[in-house]
Amino acid sequence: MNVDLVVVGSVIAAMLTAATPLLFAALGEVVTERSGVLNLGVEGMMLVGAVCGFAATVGSGSVVVGVIAAAAAGAGMALLFGVLTLSLLTNQVATGLALTLFGVGLSALIGQGFVGIPLPKPPAFAIPLLSDIPVIGPGVFEHDALVYLGLLAVPALAWFLTRSRAGLVLRAVGENHAAAHALGYKVIRIRYMAVLFGGAMSGVGGGYMSLAYTPMWAEGITAGRGWIALALVVFATWRPERVLVGAWLFGGVTIAQLHVQGLGFAVPSQLLSMLPYIATIVVLVAISRDVARIRLNAPACLGKIFHPGG
Amino acid sequence: MTDQPHRLELRQITKSFPGCLANDRVDLVLRPGEIHALLGENGAGKSTLVKMIYGVQHPDSGTMLWEGRPVTVADPNEARRLGIGMVFQHFSLFDTLTVTENIALGLEKPGPMAALAQRIATVSERYGLALDPQRHVHSLSVGERQRVEIVRCLLQDPRLLIMDEPTSVLTPQETTKLFDTLRRLASEGCTILYISHKLEEIRALCDRATVLRGGRVVGACDPKAQTARSLAELMIGTELSTPERLPAAVSGAPRLEVRHLSTTSDNPFATSLKDVALEVRGGEILGIAGVAGNGQAELLAALSGEDKVADPDSVRIDGRPVGHLGPRERRTIGLAFVPEERLGRGAVPELSLSDNALLSGYARAPLVKGGMVQFGRAKSYAETIIRSFNVVTRGHRAEARSLSGGNLQKFIIGREILQKPDLLVVGQPTWGVDAGAAAAIHQALIDLARGGAAVLVVSQDLDELFVLSDRIAVLFHGRLSESRPTHRTTVEEIGLLMGGLFNATTEDEDEALHAV
Repeated sequence: MNVDLVVVGSVIAAMLTAATPLLFAALGEVVTERSGVLNLGVEGMMLVGAVCGFAATVGSGSVVVGVIAAAAAGAGMALLFGVLTLSLLTNQVATGLALTLFGVGLSALIGQGFVGIPLPKPPAFAIPLLSDIPVIGPGVFEHDALVYLGLLAVPALAWFLTRSRAGLVLRAVGENHAAAHALGYKVIRIRYMAVLFGGAMSGVGGGYMSLAYTPMWAEGITAGRGWIALALVVFATWRPERVLVGAWLFGGVTIAQLHVQGLGFAVPSQLLSMLPYIATIVVLVAISRDVARIRLNAPACLGKIFHPGG
Repeated sequence: MTDQPHRLELRQITKSFPGCLANDRVDLVLRPGEIHALLGENGAGKSTLVKMIYGVQHPDSGTMLWEGRPVTVADPNEARRLGIGMVFQHFSLFDTLTVTENIALGLEKPGPMAALAQRIATVSERYGLALDPQRHVHSLSVGERQRVEIVRCLLQDPRLLIMDEPTSVLTPQETTKLFDTLRRLASEGCTILYISHKLEEIRALCDRATVLRGGRVVGACDPKAQTARSLAELMIGTELSTPERLPAAVSGAPRLEVRHLSTTSDNPFATSLKDVALEVRGGEILGIAGVAGNGQAELLAALSGEDKVADPDSVRIDGRPVGHLGPRERRTIGLAFVPEERLGRGAVPELSLSDNALLSGYARAPLVKGGMVQFGRAKSYAETIIRSFNVVTRGHRAEARSLSGGNLQKFIIGREILQKPDLLVVGQPTWGVDAGAAAAIHQALIDLARGGAAVLVVSQDLDELFVLSDRIAVLFHGRLSESRPTHRTTVEEIGLLMGGLFNATTEDEDEALHAV
């Protein structure tokens, strides 16, 4: 009985950590897309964030410096995307895909000297009282700071988007950029800020992979999580609280299939490794069948180029 | 009155765009508390002028005096700080946000949402603009959306309110209400600058008028002392020709029959058609009135074949069930179609006129032989259209988007009419088209019908429908009223139907008419 509970506790704990990189990246993309910009370069921004965060931590010995570096690197990639799509008016889809390809190559190049260097896991903070709950407490309520930060970001962003003035302006820009411009809002500047925020969040998500989830650097360490994050944003109909549910679903299936592999069922491990992706796709398709819901929630100007003169 | 400074004075305002002088040394004086009309054809420079007043664009030279002081309006925020409000022709609203959120976006310091909602309720009641602050904008009618824009302006206590074509989307009754609001505002000292094509409205509402033509001020007048015709002639600078109407020579079986036409849509912003029935015979023009968004787009798509309908029998052309056929098959049978949107639907903006002629004319003109395009024929077909319909353009190689709205519309309508269709379906034939071109288009449609074709016109412009149609029906919330012969109905009656007074017995309607 107690053994089962311990397993449950550790599965939940592992799910929370597995969901964290997705959570950061997807929350960032929610803000970017709510402003009307579709940045498909999440995977690339995550990878560059992962390698820069890792390199900064190795160099400075401080995880905090590493996380800041990861955010800065992600924002740097996003700035490149912003200059191309917002100032030079390139196509957002093509530019986003190119950004991912660029990020894959750039991160491999930067990371050449860092392969095989181990890092210690960042310290975990126990929540007082809750972590004292016997058996499951230590597993569920004892994590590193980024896990908590990711969870706190959900209500914070939900509040920002629905309750704050700045969030209202951001949604307005994504909904109808011509009207926002006519009312005197600086569409381009607001979108730059949203894109930079999205990049920084993706960078932190990638940094979490290389600093905490598996504290090491390997090429392609994010393993497609950037793409899952993009899918989650749509599945969550651009709402932070639903992003959290989606990230937990992906994280949960990731962990569950590892346990199933551990139990030694006669299912090829490659199939099991596919499960989290398949589960996400199935849920996405099921949700997208309700066209009205997507249409009512999707930012109407998503992916459209804004030209102040026109 | 005379020692009071002018509310706004423009001196020698000039603005040019690449290849076009939009405003040429324009002078304009607006007094406190007057309703001032700005008149002119499309491209006369009205929009550019008001955009400069509102700070969306900036003059190349000239001075602006606001209450006697020289000012430069850098952006709309600056304009609002001065006390200038503007209601745009195309609303600057956000569909998925609530009324309160929309209004908050247009205010500098909206304050807490609950308090703002209260202020909105107060102002809308005071000026008779019924509005629920919690509703989402996509669920509002067009008239209600306009009220959102107006209330947004009023909350800033404007001293100059600019209205750009405000009534083009309203029913006659809504228009009357709007005028009451505007008169009340003016009596409180607010100046109103009113832009419209509808000359009768300007005569009813405005104290003074300034007329623009080709970017210059060509005259000022008291619109109440003018007739609509004399105002139109001031605008276009020549005499206006009225379309000639011969009595309808309706003949034979219906060319277009619609029975039990209902549609459903995945799009939450669409209006479903409900059991629509109509018929058009050769030689007559049927007009479909209605406020935008009541199913016009859906009806046009179902008739053109863009949206196929489940039951082939619900749409018949010359007795043949065509509901299951696409646009190409329907065109082969004899349908021609002019959509509401000129650029992007009626014509491809980036293609030349001869390529655009080819797009719908290839089968019936005919411009294709053995699968190969006959470019020579396409060119001469385009040139024939340009000649017969007096399209002002550099020639058949000009890109569609380089034409003015009126000229492009003449080209598109010409392209369809010269295919000698048995049935022509037209959406908004003269929307945003100047008076001269509109008269030519009306004449062409009437001539086509008198030649034996059936014509169906969907329009929001009642004046146009009364000029063109032999019968008029009204679309409201996806339902179509019975049609009435034009000479036996009135603008008021159609207006009531546009507001949804449907399915009442004739007596009830008479009472309702008397009540109004």
